[in-house]
Amino acid sequence: MREVQWGWLIRYLHSTGASVFFIVVYLHMFRSMLYGSYKAPRELLWLIGMLVYFALMAEAFFGYVLPWGNMSFWGAQVIVNLFGTIPVIGPDLVLWIRGDYGIADATLGRFFALHVAAVPLAILLLVALHLVALHQTGSNNPDGIEIKERVGADGHPLDGIPFHPYYTVKDIVGIGVMLVMLAIVVFFVPTFGGLFLEAPNFEPANPLSTPEHIAPVWYFTPYYAMLRAVPDQRLGALLMFLAVALFVVLPWLDRSPVKSMRYRGMLSRGALALFAVCFIALGYLGLQPAEGIYVILARIFACGYFAFFLLMPWYSRIDKVKPVPERVVFHAHD
Amino acid sequence: MRMIKRALLLACVLASGTAAAAAEEGAGAGADWLTWRAADDVTNTASVQRGARNFMSYCLGCHALKYERYSRLGTDLDLTPEELQKYLIAPGDKPGDYILTTMPASDAATWFGKTPPDLSLMARARGADYLYQFLKTFYVDSSKPTGANNLRLDATAMPAVLSELEGLKRAVFKEQQETGSDGKAMTVRVFDHFEQVAPGRLSAAQYDEFVHDTVNFLDYVSEPTQAARRALGIWVVLFLLVFTWLSWLLKQQYWKDVH
Repeated sequence: MREVQWGWLIRYLHSTGASVFFIVVYLHMFRSMLYGSYKAPRELLWLIGMLVYFALMAEAFFGYVLPWGNMSFWGAQVIVNLFGTIPVIGPDLVLWIRGDYGIADATLGRFFALHVAAVPLAILLLVALHLVALHQTGSNNPDGIEIKERVGADGHPLDGIPFHPYYTVKDIVGIGVMLVMLAIVVFFVPTFGGLFLEAPNFEPANPLSTPEHIAPVWYFTPYYAMLRAVPDQRLGALLMFLAVALFVVLPWLDRSPVKSMRYRGMLSRGALALFAVCFIALGYLGLQPAEGIYVILARIFACGYFAFFLLMPWYSRIDKVKPVPERVVFHAHD
Repeated sequence: MRMIKRALLLACVLASGTAAAAAEEGAGAGADWLTWRAADDVTNTASVQRGARNFMSYCLGCHALKYERYSRLGTDLDLTPEELQKYLIAPGDKPGDYILTTMPASDAATWFGKTPPDLSLMARARGADYLYQFLKTFYVDSSKPTGANNLRLDATAMPAVLSELEGLKRAVFKEQQETGSDGKAMTVRVFDHFEQVAPGRLSAAQYDEFVHDTVNFLDYVSEPTQAARRALGIWVVLFLLVFTWLSWLLKQQYWKDVH
């Protein structure tokens, strides 16, 4: 940061890059939900994608502990102790994860190994599998139509275009836009008002001094808000794991005959909009102290979050859908 | 960006000016201390230089800057090696050394009840405004072992080391009725204003400038590259904007024949 040439740039690219990675992943997941990309025949693609998401969460958590600031320390304390709520094996499991009776050097050493070697390799492998699974089915489209069912005389899908050069040049634009946003944060607001780099983390880890409010980085706060919304710690942890896990079964919760929101009715659209509002609201509440109105609001939005998933088999079936066209109708840039 | 910074700086200067004016008037002085803002201008090299001088004279006795080397200070603050050696480097230290205090940590803990913290990252951990408010709200409190207390950090272990410059001031509290979280009415002691008891070597305005410079210096130390970072950022963002625009034109060209 101080003595290595350009060390500050590497640090800020790394810390901002973590947040940008999550922004991209959340956008990617939301697009799948918008166009029903998780539905048959792409369940495997979705499942592998979820594994990438979980691995990314682990990678981000381990990485956050490494600067060994006070928020690193207490964040690790909170998250590792969640495993202690598992009945019977909990306390021993926590001891095994930490490698010590408290978050200490042994924990730091293994989290470093996991962050720089094990988890990145797992992510690389999973991303490769994600692409393999994608090649099997081909990409979805905003109309939610299987383009491989309509093949032209040359054996290529009528509505398909080659990835290169069309998507390579298109993605360069997207990458450019993300890089502009990344650069603005890196060079002008690297802490992003405490959202990307939290102020208590500029103080060294101190087991004797708890930060005033322990809050994870923004990408975990929706789940953190749900954890704190439940008075019982064990139930809270269970609810939080469930909140993440429900994404996995999304392909089987959705009973709609059509994929894309374009041809779904108001019920599905409304539910997705409600889900987005709940997710963002919970993200905000997870950053606030867990007291008074914030806890009550977190409970309300948590109910909305779970209703989206648990009521889906019902509302997606009775929802009025529009007829899906046989060919892709989207016109690029008329 | 620079315009915004300038506007902010102007606002800060105006705000601190009014604060100083209020302090001179006496009555009601300091009631608005929570709104006081630091100058927040590390590009003002003269101010940061003065802050470095203040730090070496008044802070280094107890507090270290263990992540900053003297030589780095010299480069960043446009000082020649001779000036650095003459004005800033503590006796016995070399330019390549970290800026460390000579007070032994264990003794400090015995004397103050707490080792004075390293200040390298304090401006980032607590914010420059916090430091500014802290250094401006010491008051006489005979119930404390150091004889001083602080509004920003109640029961601070730090003595009012700047009282020689600022003078001594007394905090006047008033009693106020409030409803507690249990719904019952209770009486709370709230700060009302400061009263100057004894003058210091500096006037209120001079002391204000002294604190602004010192906080500015600590802000610089908390991230020495921040000025360079902003200056470089403009070019990086401009380059990326042009790059993105060109790639968009290219994309339009390729996608022309997609229906």
